[in-house]
This record gives sequence, C-alpha cells and structure tokens, in this order.
Amino acid sequence: MAESTRTPGVAPGRLDTATLETNFADLHGALEPHEAQVAADRCYFCHDAPCVTACPTTIDIPLFIRQIATGTPKAAAKTIFDQNILGGMCARVCPTETLCEEACVREAAEGKPVDIGRLQRFATDTLMNEGKQPYSRAAATGKKVAVVGAGPAGLSCAHRLAMYGHDVVIFDAKDKPGGLNEYGIAAYKSVNNFANNEVAWLLSIGGIEIKQGQAIGSDIALADLQNEYDAVFLGVGLDGTNKLAVPGAELNHVTDAVQFIADVRQSEDYTDVAVGRHVVVIGGGMTAIDAAVQARLLGAENVTIAYRRDQENMNASRWEQELAAAKGCNILPHLQPVSIEGKGEVTSITLEYTDATTDGLKGTGETVTLNADQVLMAVGQTLEGQPAGLSLSGSKIQVDSAGRTSVDGIWAGGDCASGGDDLTVTAVAEGRDAAEDIHKQLISN
Amino acid sequence: MADLTTEFLGIRTPNPFWLASAPPTDKEYNVRRAFEAGWGGVVWKTLGSDGPPIVNVNGARYGAIWGADRRLLGLNNIELITDRPLQINLDEIKQLKQEYPDRAIIVSLMVPCEEQAWKDILARVDETGADGIELNFGCPHGMAERGMGSAVGQVPEYIEMVTRWCKENYDKPVIVKLTPNITDIRFAARAAKAGGADAVSLINTINSITSVNLDTMSPEPSIDGKGTHGGYCGPAVKPICMHMVAEIARDDETSGFPISAIGGVTTWRDAAEYMVTGAGNVQVCTAAMTYGFKIVEEMISGLSDWMDSKGYTSTSEFMGQAVPNVTDWQYLNLNYVAKAKIDQDSCIKCGRCFAACEDTSHQAIWMKEGRVFEVNDAECVACNLCVNVCPVEDCITMEPMAAGETDPRTGKEVVAEYGNWTTHPNNPSVFEKA
Repeated sequence: MAESTRTPGVAPGRLDTATLETNFADLHGALEPHEAQVAADRCYFCHDAPCVTACPTTIDIPLFIRQIATGTPKAAAKTIFDQNILGGMCARVCPTETLCEEACVREAAEGKPVDIGRLQRFATDTLMNEGKQPYSRAAATGKKVAVVGAGPAGLSCAHRLAMYGHDVVIFDAKDKPGGLNEYGIAAYKSVNNFANNEVAWLLSIGGIEIKQGQAIGSDIALADLQNEYDAVFLGVGLDGTNKLAVPGAELNHVTDAVQFIADVRQSEDYTDVAVGRHVVVIGGGMTAIDAAVQARLLGAENVTIAYRRDQENMNASRWEQELAAAKGCNILPHLQPVSIEGKGEVTSITLEYTDATTDGLKGTGETVTLNADQVLMAVGQTLEGQPAGLSLSGSKIQVDSAGRTSVDGIWAGGDCASGGDDLTVTAVAEGRDAAEDIHKQLISN
Repeated sequence: MADLTTEFLGIRTPNPFWLASAPPTDKEYNVRRAFEAGWGGVVWKTLGSDGPPIVNVNGARYGAIWGADRRLLGLNNIELITDRPLQINLDEIKQLKQEYPDRAIIVSLMVPCEEQAWKDILARVDETGADGIELNFGCPHGMAERGMGSAVGQVPEYIEMVTRWCKENYDKPVIVKLTPNITDIRFAARAAKAGGADAVSLINTINSITSVNLDTMSPEPSIDGKGTHGGYCGPAVKPICMHMVAEIARDDETSGFPISAIGGVTTWRDAAEYMVTGAGNVQVCTAAMTYGFKIVEEMISGLSDWMDSKGYTSTSEFMGQAVPNVTDWQYLNLNYVAKAKIDQDSCIKCGRCFAACEDTSHQAIWMKEGRVFEVNDAECVACNLCVNVCPVEDCITMEPMAAGETDPRTGKEVVAEYGNWTTHPNNPSVFEKA
C-alpha cells in the first residue's frame, strides 16, 4: 500500500479496504431475536412512561416493547411508524442517551436503561425487511400539496399527507432524496444504503412525486408553489454553513465538516476519500464528532476536536464525546481559532485559550499551534436563501406549534423552522404535525 | 456456619435438602453426582413391580411456563415411573447406600393395589439397606389411569389401606406422598396417619396443561399433534404446597405429624419457609432440573447464614415456628390498620403502583408534578397491590398505624384491642345473637 497514516498532507487510501470496511461497519449492530427478547423483558411498562415524554415523536415505547416481548415485532413496528414513519432511521441516529434512554426508569434504577433504540431498530427492520408498506391511502381528496425538501421533515409530512389522500410533490435541491439522512449522518450509523432504501419504502405508499435538483429560489419560486398548490410545506433544512472569520481560512483543505461528511457518505469506496495526517475539527456538536471520528476511521494519524467552551457545553452528547475519544480523537476544550497558517495548503492552526467570564467568552492571550493538514469547520449551519415574506424567529422561519408560518398556506418544519432541537426525530415530528394541520385545513375548505 | 444436620424419622442427613423422586434420582450416575454435590438425601425415582418395563412416550415429556428473561417458573411432565429394570435399580441403591451411609436413600414405590404386590416389592427393597420408602400416591398421569398414583391418593380409604399393608410388611419408615389434585389435603393426611404412616410428603404434581401451540392446535408437550394433562411443579406451585403443608401442620388430627415438603423449593429461603411452616425437611426437583445439582451449595450456605443471623444452632429449633400464625380468615385482627408508604429515595418513578391502584384498586395513590407518587391515606386500604407490582424491593412498605391515631379513611380511632369477625357487629350471626 502506497499511503499510510503517516503520509504527509491530505491523501486517500491511508488504510486498506478490509480495515476501512471494519471501521465503517454498523455502529449499533442489529439485535438478534434472542437479544431483543432479553432486552424487551427489561421494560417495566411504566405508567405515562417517561421515555415517551422524552421522545420528540411521542412513540408509545412501552407498548412497542411489549409487542416485541410477546412475539409480534411487526405490530411493534406499526406502533412506532404510527408516530414516526422514519422510525427506522431514528433508531439508528437518535441520541437516545439524551432522549428516551436517559428518561428510562431503569437508568435511574441501575444506570442501565432498556435498549430502546436497538429494540426500535429490531421492530422496524423486521417490518421493513418484508418490503411492504404498512399504510394505505385514503380516498383521493383532489388536493395537492407542495413539499420543499426531501429530508426527514419533508418526507414525514409527505407520507402523512399521502395517507390522507392528498397528492404530494416534493421538490428537493440535491441529486438524491433523504436530506441529512442521506448526506449528513456518519456512514457507520446508516450502513447498506439504509437512508435511500427507507425513502423508497416510504414512497411506496403512493401519491408522492419527488423532483430532484429543484432548489427553492433558484429553480422554483415560492410564489409559484403558492399559486399551483393547495398548501406548501417548507422543510429546507439549514443549507448554509458558518465560516471561520480568521486569517488563513481561505487556504486549501480548510473546509466545511458538513461537506466532508457528505463526501464520506456518498463515496462508493472509502479508499478514495482523502483525509489529512493531522486533522483539526473546530466545533462541539454532532457534526464535529461525526467528522472527527470518520477522519480517524479513514486513517488520519491525529485528529483533534477544538471547542471554544468547556466540554459540558458541547452540543454533542456525552456518549458521542466518549465515542470520539474511544476512536482516538483528542477533544480540546477552551480553545478558539485565531489563525490558520500555510502556503497554498494549510499546515497548522493557532488556537487561543479561553475563559468563560460573566461578560462572555474571553481569550486569555495564551495560544497553541497544532499541526494541521486539514481543518474541518463545524461551527454551525444557517438557513440559506430565506424565502422572502416569511417572518423569522432568530435566524429560522417562525412557526407555531402546528408548523404554520406567518404566511397563510405555508407551513414549515425541521431544522429550518423555529421550534425544537435540530434532530432527525424532531424534524419528523414537525413534518407530521404540520401534515395533520394542513389536512385539517384542506378538508375544511 | 450453622450445623444443618437434620433428623427426619430418625434418618440423619447432613442437611435438609433431599432430591425428590424424579428423573434426577433415577440412576446411580445421577445420585452419585448429587451426593458429591452435597445433597443430603434422595428419594429414588419410583419403582414399579417386576415385569415388562414401563413404556414412555418418545417425544416431548415436559412443558413449561416462563417469566421475564425466560426464567422457568413452572414445569410439567408426562413421564411415568422408572422404565429401567427393577433389579438394576435395587442393585444400584444397595451399592450407593453402602458408599454413602451418611446420606438418605428413600425408595419411592408404586405397585398395583393388591397386598401381594406390595409384599413382593417391599421384601426386595428391604434387602437394599435403603433408609425407608415413599408411597407414590400422587402421579396424576399415565399410572393413575391404571389404578395407581393419584388414583390411590384421591381416595383416603385406599391411602389408609395400602399404608397399613406397607407398615405390616416393612420395618423402616414409610412416607406417604400425597397428591394435590383433591379438594382438602387434610383427609388424605389423616388417612395416611390412620394407616400408620411415619410421615407424609407433599405435594406431588398438579394436573396441568402448560400451553397450546397456536399453529398446530396441540396442547404442549405435544406428541404427534396431541397433548395430555401433565404434572405441574416448580416455583409456580410453591404457594399451593405451602398452604397444604400448613393445613396439615395445624390440623388437630395431624398436628406434629412429620412432613417432607415438596413444591417449588428453589432457594434456601423457600426451604426455610417450608420448615417454619411445619416441614421437617424439603425435597427439590425442578430447581435441580433447571440449574443442575450445584444449586444445593447456595441452599446450604443461605440456610446456614440465616440460621447464624437468627442464632439458631439446629434446624429443629425453627421448625414449625410459623404454624401458630396460620389461622382462618375469621380470626384475623380487623382492628389492625396499615397504610402504604412510598420511599421517595428508592422510587424510580415507573408509576406502576399508580396504574395498579388507579385502574384496579382504590385510587389511593397520587401522581404529582415531576412523577412524584404519594399515598392518599384517606383512600388507602393497605391492600398491598402497590407493593406487589413495584419493581423495587422495599420501596413501598405497609406501615401499621398506632393505637390512638385516627384512620383518615374511616375517621375512626385505631384501637389497640384485638377484634375479629366472630365478634364484629356486621357479622350476621353476631347481629342475630344480639
């Protein structure tokens, strides 16, 4: 093999194919039926269960686990899909350690929650592996709804609307549907092309047409959608990425972590993906973790996550932080970038230590310079090309609890909209709830 | 470590844990290993009359029910008595008794209800040097239809008759094993005593069908698409056996009559509970069949630890201690008032107590802000359901109210005096007398 973890600069093929396959294998493997049985037996079937309260989509978790325990995993899957049609993906990517499993009473009792995420995967895999769509459409209503964005929010919204008998057209800017499920998730969380298969399965309900390569603003106009459709749902995500305003940010191999993650996910062969020997990731969220871990898995010798606040403040869960540490990433808190050095290509990054003060974060003046062949920025994403005429809340589209924007006939949900956390599961909930509201309005007209 | 030596009918064994008559005791290989593992004694798998060997089914003999994590709670079987030749069994018994003189070997017997049949086999058993015999009047399947097993145990007159034959033709202890498949165990026990038995052992297995296969519509265990009732045993039957042991122990006619308790003994605690309820020792089968002979080590260490903690130096010191506290409902103290109390520190907030009380009992538990569960004393009747459904042991307890306090449910003062149904003003017979 020509390249290795010690090859200078940014290079592909630092590890052999076999090693890469192992590195990118399913992070949380599927439960075998026996394992699922044992795991399901641990559920206490709590009253008004805290796990359900903690789930953004309010899946009836005790019920679906009891259905697994009693030998009816397909009924369990139906319980899940009733609330969350992307329950298969959520079982893979939800930060369960900060949601249902954190709330599980057995976490309180024994520090070891019921394995809810993997049980959900067991149930949803069982049904989805049959390749059948569990829902059918109601009689056609003759109503047409435009959904912008084929990410979790848009797909969830579209499926619910199709179920109610409305016709849906999804306009999506990318080449493939799925949104962040397709482009934005670490490859080891969604193996075997799961995101794409899940979309195909979801669409099998019928009544949903997807148009790829259709970005709002450039390819399609919101006003046209308003005219041509009975309702519009915006689930456009946060397509813009924040940049580092430091000298040297324009150097080669200083890029978005989001793009890096997408490149890894979309690669047919991991030996083609170039990665630095010394990689520095700036940020403290899930994007930072996903980028850093995958850089290590691709064969980077040193991967550092630099975060400006203390580790407690990182948006990435403790579990994700520990995953990064276990994979050999170095997490350095209290460091903010001040300059990036190099000639044409980045060679190092200089970071300043910070103190949290009552007036906010302050640099201490002390700096450290790290070798860097590649700098990945994971410092937040923003709503790009915000549709004119819609009120914003902060930097996001303002919506009420039903997903209604400030403009009649336009709903929004997912990361682009104000409301819950930027999580797949939250987007699914918001898309679903907007669909319910759209349906209510369409049938009352 | 407390000395567990236990004397039952004059038979001394190093501990009170015997293996019951069943597959674990059907041959030298098993019994030798059981003795090496530490079991105090065995009741050899039931022997029948000399003749053509017993024929068993060639398919599933056992059915079961399970709890969480597939923990075996109840087992049933359709196996018959030994299917090995009589003389081989007798030879093995003789050999093992010589090798293990400090362990009990009791021979279980089941032959037709004719005195000569019993005479014949008793003479041969006597030659083995075994410590005694146990009359199998309990097997509920296969042999019962041939006039043996529970067919005898269900007729007190037969019990008495056969027991008498045995006592007349055999000098060593005779234990009569009773079937639970009757309405009142006391009649069977009284009959055994009247026939001269030295002890009763109980229970044999309970008539049962454990499950039905929903694809083939056959009861389990299934033999070529058909099933039959089998004998049920294991942890699930313990409460039924405990009651029967207690009834015999407190019956005027059989009080003090030695009892060997059999029924779901799985841990040292089960054994201790049986012995304080009137048993002189215990017999174990399902636990050994589930976990192997090694479990006796826990039974020995557990019973010994408990005895040390209570200051008992001999198993005879605690035998029967709970018998005086087994009474009839009408003698329970109706002036006793308790209330459930939830320990907030150990509560894990599952809410099962709330669901149980709210949906199925007395609406006496509040679910407050932040999933805080508290008992409403004004509604609580201390039924204990919350305690029973709580997954955390000792999180919910029943706290007695002191005399002089006012029960917020009834508005009445708790009185110190004992008062039962026989004198209660609501009792129609009391009312009529007045």
